[in-house]
Amino acid sequence: MATALQQKTFQARDAASTIDTQTLEVNIGPQHPSTHGVFRMNVVLDGEAIVSLKPVMGYLHRNHEQIAENMSYLGSMPYTDRLDYFNSMSNNFGYALAVEKLAAIEVPEKAQYIRVIMAELTRLVNHVSVIGFLLNDLGAFFTPVLYAFREREKILDIFEGVAGSRMMCNYFRFGGVKRDLSPAFIDQIKGIVREFPKFLDEFETLLTKNEILCMRCQNVGVLPPELAINASITGPMLRASGVNYDIRKTDKYSVYDRFDFRIPLGKKGDVYDRYYVRILEMRESLKILEQALKQMPASGELVSKKMVPFLKSPRNFKPPVGEAYGRVEAPKGELGFYLVSDGSPQPWRYHVRAPSLINLTILEDLCIGHKVADAIIILGSVDIVLGEVDH
Amino acid sequence: MFFGSGVLRGLMVTFKNFIASYFRPANQGGLFTVEYPEKRLPEKENFRNFPFLVYDGTPENLRCVACDICAKECPPKCIYIVREFDKEGRPLKRPATFDIDLTVCMNCGICEEACPFDAIYMDHEFEVANANRQEKLLYHRDDLLKSNEYFHKIRPTDAEAIDQRRREAEEKKKAAAQAAASKAAKPPEPPKPGNATPPPSPPKPDQPEQK
Repeated sequence: MATALQQKTFQARDAASTIDTQTLEVNIGPQHPSTHGVFRMNVVLDGEAIVSLKPVMGYLHRNHEQIAENMSYLGSMPYTDRLDYFNSMSNNFGYALAVEKLAAIEVPEKAQYIRVIMAELTRLVNHVSVIGFLLNDLGAFFTPVLYAFREREKILDIFEGVAGSRMMCNYFRFGGVKRDLSPAFIDQIKGIVREFPKFLDEFETLLTKNEILCMRCQNVGVLPPELAINASITGPMLRASGVNYDIRKTDKYSVYDRFDFRIPLGKKGDVYDRYYVRILEMRESLKILEQALKQMPASGELVSKKMVPFLKSPRNFKPPVGEAYGRVEAPKGELGFYLVSDGSPQPWRYHVRAPSLINLTILEDLCIGHKVADAIIILGSVDIVLGEVDH
Repeated sequence: MFFGSGVLRGLMVTFKNFIASYFRPANQGGLFTVEYPEKRLPEKENFRNFPFLVYDGTPENLRCVACDICAKECPPKCIYIVREFDKEGRPLKRPATFDIDLTVCMNCGICEEACPFDAIYMDHEFEVANANRQEKLLYHRDDLLKSNEYFHKIRPTDAEAIDQRRREAEEKKKAAAQAAASKAAKPPEPPKPGNATPPPSPPKPDQPEQK
């Protein structure tokens, strides 16, 4: 680790040098494991410092929006699972909210609570695994990831038992949810709320004050709040830059206004802040889970009466003519679904505001001046899933 | 705290985990890997994978009536159905072809939700790997047929609830048919007093389209 003074002397020496040097163009990806999927970074290097970086995406493009426009409204619900395949529950949530806004459907109380519980469990899954992978990018090869995956697996077991599938849940229905949470699963979730803080403490002992992690992450990839707002960055990335914006608080969708929780904010906006904001967010999620489990009514409808006939025949569900934008605070940022209906069983226009894609636009500004190894961890801290970037 | 103490404490955590993995039970930080082909995790009842067709008793007695609803609702359009016709060209209430392309199916479970005849359900079978995906992963009607007993075995609660519902519907239908029969039997009696014009036959009670 060169000190600032050393770096200055190096720079002065380079500037004074008469040796003719040139920049080097390197492609990182698309088959590189550190790019978290099929994503290419077109990097121009001066020595080892990055001069420019061009993200190249689209390798996983699956025509998601066009497919959804040729399908019944429920038909694209399983496709939303495949956007951000780490958090299918929150993708379902955003889409269900948009359709419910479009067709003015009220969601029963019990279903609201189940939705919130599932969305917060998803946040735990996402944050714990993204921190694990960030450490993987840093070179702590697979130990933190496996600790994270051990906990993640317990939550995915619940998803499998309730929704039928570990990752492709397809659990939300318009006006409710597909299946009830049986008491056994509620006990399991209570167990997670009880045990998860212990794991987080252990994880933090391993990482938070670790000197290597601090040296690699602090003051790397600093995102100033003005730039974050101008580039419409959302989610933990924006909050790590110190901007207090969380859709759960500003929009108060579903029943989030009934819970007492705080929004953790960072100060500097570097990689370390992005890591720590996620740890703190998990602790807040656990608070929400605890309150939701307490407040959840023991029985009640799972799907609103208006939507029950359409469960058997999704093709007959025709929302009135109009448009709606439903958004949720997904673990990666603001996930929005924009729908235009012309009164037919298929959406006339379907658009996804994917947080991963928009958060990725800032990558060049974060990386310029840093080394290649830093670009990898900056990308890791942005938290992208290529399924969502290339929808 | 001296420089490097964070690293040391982190190493303590990994060391503790390493030692504990040998002595603790699986759910408290011990070794929890299940050695898959030899040992298996208990199956979850609600787990869903590829669909199958249910028959009652014998495979000829399948519940599917080839109504094509699941094929229409299927998001990736992996179901292909052709109705069976008898010798005179009248449509029968059973499929001649019922193909599901497992390479296209995405296990969403919408077919099972949409089916009005309780005929198609999601299976627990997941070991379908083989070397010929063009032929072996295109399941035809006979590959898909599985008995109701099998359905009871993999998903007891759902199967029981569905059987209960079907029995009730059957009894209702029987009762309705009996009522209709007795009503139909009654009208001929009133003419006895001498009125020549028999009353118009009572309208048939609203019966659902189900067989």
